[in-house]
Amino acid sequence: MLVEGIKSRPIYSPLVARTGTLHLFMADGEGAQAILDLATTASPGFFERAHICYIPRAAAGRGFESALQALNPAAFYVGPTVAAALPRLAVELANAHMGTQIYLAGTEGMIGQAMVVALAAGVDQASIQREHRGSEARRVQCVHCKGITEDVTTQPAKCAHCGLMLLVRDHYSRRIGAFQGVCVDAEMPGTAPDPEEAFR
Amino acid sequence: MTKSADRTPKIDVRVTQIVDVTSEIKRFRFEPTDGKPLPVFAGGAHVVVEMEDGDTLRRNPYSLMSSPGATDAYNISVRRDPGGRGGSMFMHDRVTVGSLLRLSHPVNLFPIDRRARKHLLFAGGIGITPTLAMMSELARYGDAFELNYAVRSENDGAYLDQLRNTYGKRVSIYRDDQGEQIPLTTLLAAQPLGTHLYVCGPGGMMNWVLSTAEGLGWPAQNLHSERFLAPPSGSPYEVRLAASDLSIKVGPHQSMLEAIEAAGVDAPYLCRGGACGQCETRVVSFDGDLLHNDHYLTDDEHAGGQKVMPCVSRFEGRELVLDR
Repeated sequence: MLVEGIKSRPIYSPLVARTGTLHLFMADGEGAQAILDLATTASPGFFERAHICYIPRAAAGRGFESALQALNPAAFYVGPTVAAALPRLAVELANAHMGTQIYLAGTEGMIGQAMVVALAAGVDQASIQREHRGSEARRVQCVHCKGITEDVTTQPAKCAHCGLMLLVRDHYSRRIGAFQGVCVDAEMPGTAPDPEEAFR
Repeated sequence: MTKSADRTPKIDVRVTQIVDVTSEIKRFRFEPTDGKPLPVFAGGAHVVVEMEDGDTLRRNPYSLMSSPGATDAYNISVRRDPGGRGGSMFMHDRVTVGSLLRLSHPVNLFPIDRRARKHLLFAGGIGITPTLAMMSELARYGDAFELNYAVRSENDGAYLDQLRNTYGKRVSIYRDDQGEQIPLTTLLAAQPLGTHLYVCGPGGMMNWVLSTAEGLGWPAQNLHSERFLAPPSGSPYEVRLAASDLSIKVGPHQSMLEAIEAAGVDAPYLCRGGACGQCETRVVSFDGDLLHNDHYLTDDEHAGGQKVMPCVSRFEGRELVLDR
């Protein structure tokens, strides 16, 4: 379970098949299972108007690709990384019309980045469905160098860009889709505690 | 001289121009009597116009249609409604150039969402008035917008030539007597992502536009509408105001709110049309039927009998006690 009570964190809830003219899905890792679960209750023909973009990441080799493909979506794309898939999402949204439903499922890092793209396309954040599945690793922005470190599992965590030891705060930025990391030993450099696993 | 204890700030205005827009619609220009600039407002705002009609103090909400930047005068348009309670007839038949009226400050329950990529406006009949102020604002910002305006006929449609001349292709007019209909489904399906929809008009049209959009998957966040209800008439009844320790009578053509005000009790209100929720009042007890006419409270709240919106709702039965 994700940590409860973080006011700035998006609210995640199970994906529900909504009425719409086009259904855009983006999922990574175990997020595929959220789409497969939705498929058990979706009306016949639902996936004829669905586009699925899937990034297997840590769940590669578990058969999710073939299971998603078996839903026969109108378009199906499997990508190597979230970064490679985001520009595809931006193009799809630029060509999309009102009535398009957006479904995001998987890690918080992927959901946050896809949200940034969707908000930039003019979609209201309340109308995007998000379901968290899989790793609770955090995407963290270092407040000092502004570099973003993906898949942070420890507390504190080393900034992959400037090397400072960061306290990963429960402060989520919707604008950049990341948690805030602040130097943990600024007053006495070198006194940071050893990193311990905090986000599995 | 006002007959109520309403202590909210008011604006005293003089009517400086009355224009016959169509056979049923007149436009009124209000200028402040003290010569000071009027408060600025945003497209979609309305004012409540107070009319002293003999012993009756009428208060009707009207959308501001003038340019939101103009502080020298406000314009409203009023359609005469012979079947109504008399406010529009008072404006048409009794108000003349030079008449003094009192306005509330502008209130906006129908604002533009500036985050929209495009604004898709729908108006039916006199519902065009808030849309005029909105378009003037959107044009100034350089925002993308489009108006679809349904009227009975060329002659009955207000501001048709002005709209065509000012906004050209951004305005589509549909004349009912020519068999012209808004191609709603096609139109809605073709809108780019991030479009916000605004509708003001008769109830049937608003339901049609909003339910069609919902059926196509438009999210609630992108749908905006405004509809003022006129307080319906009914049988007279009595209300006990517990906090004021008063018993008042509500006449057949009077609203509960108007009766409370006439008794000298200061009751909050904004829209006076069942839309905003400002006049929400706690029901202490009742023995009879609460006739809820607002579209602010939820169905559960209507059934619960704990709250009432006195601006449009009525009562039938033995006794109603309000916490007012």
